[in-house]
Amino acid sequence: MINKQYASVAEAVADIPDGATVMVGGFGASGSPIELLHALIDHGATDLTVINNNTGNGEVGLAALIGNGQVSKMICSFPRSSQSKVFPELYRAGKVALEIVPQGTLAERIRAAGAGVPAFYTPTTVGTVLAEGKEVREFNGRPYVMESWLKADFALIKCEVADSLGNLTYNKTARNFSPLMCMAATTTVVQTKTLVDRGGIDPEHVVTPGIFVNRVVEVTQPIHEDVLIAEGRSYP
Amino acid sequence: MSAGWTREQMAARAAQDIPDGAYVNLGIGIPELVAQFVPEGREFIYHTENGLLGMGPQPTEEERDLDLMNAGKKHVTIIPGAAYFHHADSFSMIRGGHIDVCVLGTMQVAANGDIANWSTGAPDAIPAVGGAMDLVQGVKRIFVITQHTTKTGDPKLVEKCSYPLTGPGVVSRIFTDLAVVDVTEDGFRVAELAPGINFEEVREKTGAPILPPK
Repeated sequence: MINKQYASVAEAVADIPDGATVMVGGFGASGSPIELLHALIDHGATDLTVINNNTGNGEVGLAALIGNGQVSKMICSFPRSSQSKVFPELYRAGKVALEIVPQGTLAERIRAAGAGVPAFYTPTTVGTVLAEGKEVREFNGRPYVMESWLKADFALIKCEVADSLGNLTYNKTARNFSPLMCMAATTTVVQTKTLVDRGGIDPEHVVTPGIFVNRVVEVTQPIHEDVLIAEGRSYP
Repeated sequence: MSAGWTREQMAARAAQDIPDGAYVNLGIGIPELVAQFVPEGREFIYHTENGLLGMGPQPTEEERDLDLMNAGKKHVTIIPGAAYFHHADSFSMIRGGHIDVCVLGTMQVAANGDIANWSTGAPDAIPAVGGAMDLVQGVKRIFVITQHTTKTGDPKLVEKCSYPLTGPGVVSRIFTDLAVVDVTEDGFRVAELAPGINFEEVREKTGAPILPPK
């Protein structure tokens, strides 16, 4: 019988190799899979390309992964915030590369990868520097820019409730990119606050169907990035 | 009372031009104030691009939920009838033309409706675009709220943007501390002057030709 449960976050990320492309769910602090990120820091894989809307805050979670020298490239829409210090320093020092992608294009590129659509045309970036070098084509007299799908080897996701088949629900705006990333990664690793038996989630309420999920780890008391930052914590 | 509109008055004036029942996306800064000035008898539904339709006001300390935030990463509340969704659905609402009005701040706006509000283009700047380019291309009407000039007195309403564009020819109306300005086929035109402001002052502080009120 299928059971996607893993015993620990350490086991769930143990085979992420150097050079992997890793999607990380979350928008700012909401939905950030802190325990999986810290497990990836312990695991130590390097030369990672990380896809996230931002670049982490403070010195925990994604910011700590970057600060630990494990990330060679970030793909994101908004790499700075009032509480992001690690990425700006390393970026200015030339130690981490940046691909900037508009937020909606980032979401759609990830969705397209999961949906098996290699490219699409969008009005976003028409007439701007971010469209330079890209194919532009007119539909009904209006120009659109071609963008390509964005895949990953692994996705690290935080959810609220999961069942043993990997069906997921999320909490409020912590959902953000996570359902898309689950679809777009070869191996999707999920930390869930509550793990239930199959049948424990009403099929009408499933947000991410389990076919998009490979591993589920129960983390019953997930630490919120905002709390760690308020406490002035750092990792490791 | 000094001449011109305050930040709150600019926001209140912009709110007057949003129709009842509109789905509205508010940018960070002065645009956020629009939600405090919904005209009597109208209802706006607020969209925030990180995945919420039906955003309510800021929470009290007891109401605060760390997983409930807006696109500016501030904690918010929801109204009865709110909905959560993922980013692809959220930007389908934007790009698909389902959002009626977006109110944005800006660094520069040009007489042809070009807007530049994401980057100064400075070599040491870290580019950060977020959802701005999606919003200006997808939302039906783009309003801008901005001071008429920068802190150093340079015009923000210009002939041509010197900063990198967010989108070309997308802005329809601008609400400044001095006037309401429309982007027309003939360039900028004053639609309304703030109390105590005359057209000559607006013309002097605008970096492009501007037409007087009709």
